[in-house]
Amino acid sequence: MKYLCLIYTEEATFRQAMSPADEAAMMAEYGAFSASIQKSGHFLAGNRLEPSTAAVTIRIRDGKTSTTDGPFAETKEALGGFYMIDARDLNEAIQVASRIPGAKVGSIEVRPIAYTTPPAGGG
Amino acid sequence: MTDLGEDHFRTLVDKFYQTESRRVLATLIRLLGDFDLAEEALHDAFVAALETWGLSGVPASPRAWLVSTGRFKAIDSLRRRARFDRSEAEVAEHLASLADEPAADLDHEVADDQLRLIFTCCHPALPPDAQVALTLREVCGLTTEEIARAFLTAPPTVAQRIVRAKAKIKEAGIPYQLPSLAELPARLDRVLHVLYLVFNEGYSASAGATVTRADLSDEAIRLGRLLVDLLPDPEAVGLLALMLLHESRRSARTSTAGEIILLAEQDRATWNREQIAEGAALVERALATRRFGAYTVQAAIAATHAQSPSAAETDWNEIVGLYDILLRADPSPVVALNRASAVAMRDGPVAGLALIEAVLAGGQLDDYHLAHSARAELCRRLGRLGEAREAYRRALRLVKQEPERRFLEARLRETGPP
Repeated sequence: MKYLCLIYTEEATFRQAMSPADEAAMMAEYGAFSASIQKSGHFLAGNRLEPSTAAVTIRIRDGKTSTTDGPFAETKEALGGFYMIDARDLNEAIQVASRIPGAKVGSIEVRPIAYTTPPAGGG
Repeated sequence: MTDLGEDHFRTLVDKFYQTESRRVLATLIRLLGDFDLAEEALHDAFVAALETWGLSGVPASPRAWLVSTGRFKAIDSLRRRARFDRSEAEVAEHLASLADEPAADLDHEVADDQLRLIFTCCHPALPPDAQVALTLREVCGLTTEEIARAFLTAPPTVAQRIVRAKAKIKEAGIPYQLPSLAELPARLDRVLHVLYLVFNEGYSASAGATVTRADLSDEAIRLGRLLVDLLPDPEAVGLLALMLLHESRRSARTSTAGEIILLAEQDRATWNREQIAEGAALVERALATRRFGAYTVQAAIAATHAQSPSAAETDWNEIVGLYDILLRADPSPVVALNRASAVAMRDGPVAGLALIEAVLAGGQLDDYHLAHSARAELCRRLGRLGEAREAYRRALRLVKQEPERRFLEARLRETGPP
């Protein structure tokens, strides 16, 4: 089964509090984690995201498109990155997700990907 | 390698996963001292098998290969993680030092490891629903999602039960070992109880749209066989017999439309003769030890039913006698209720009803729908229709399973207008 692991961290405090050395250490830890789940076959996709200040939110209401800066909802923790993984079941996904370095400073949301029949003819 | 070769190879490794993964896991938990680490090691060992067996051939002892590969993979990944978390380093070095010790007689240890795993999953320090979930996932290899579906629970609920149970095992330092001889009877009771719970949920679902969920019963029987192989205790034998004898009637218990058919009306030609023969032989084996308990007596009752050509030709005297023995071993109101129903068959509804009313007067079965439906049934047969209707209505207020509800509603209609 496929699971999306969403990494949430407190953006403001996180960035300001981090020294370049700490940031390098964290990146190295992420690198090692990514390598380990590639080796174990769990990794499908994953990346860090630009901060939410780089985000644009779109809504269409009554046929009119409006755009606003930033994420849709203001929360203390912002989506900072994600992994898409393949795991035997939810508990295996939880085990893999609990090794994401961000779990130690923020939180990881594990969401099963809904099963859909692949479209005919491919694309 | 060609695609065809790769497919064939993947099938082969998948087959090993089916037959060996639980055994390998049970041993890895002992060697690594940690459920999560062992599961990761198991996964890595199978990934390695997929990578290397195609080139170097399947090893002479795949199980030993998977165990030692898993162990080294675990030590390796702990060492890599130690770069970021010093606490992992000590564990890795400790495990590495143990890994140098010569491996003991693996096949013998494997059987004990499977028992260790069963006893740990059913440890009395864990909550009952966690025991069930952990046993089904770690011992039987069901996925979290499958367990959730079988128990009509949300997967996150089951997942958290498992996460918390594993944390509890770690924090409370629940040892991964076989119970001492003094503890064994009580601990085995717990294991058998979990097994029977799983079986019953599959055989007579407590809630939901269908009467039975065969997968769970199959798992329970498989586990029962494993337990009898590993630890041939008379009650383990008796429980396996009981499950097989119940299972033999599965297809006869419901109509094609999903309606309940009572024992007396079932088409006995559809009962599974093979399971009955196996179950009856196991009952004999358990009874012969003279150290049997409640499961064996229940199995003996089920065997008597299974070997009778019809309800009328059943030896009800024998069945009442077995219930007398059962009541001494397990003096519960549910057993007394079942005994009363057997007495009704032997001596007629008046005698049965008097006993059921005595059991109900105890008050413990107020919320048990089957007590009220049994009373309703006997009142109906005695023509006391007002009382029958009242008792059916009471049972209907308590029932949670759809086919049982429809059955009671049909019976209520048969007793005439209110």
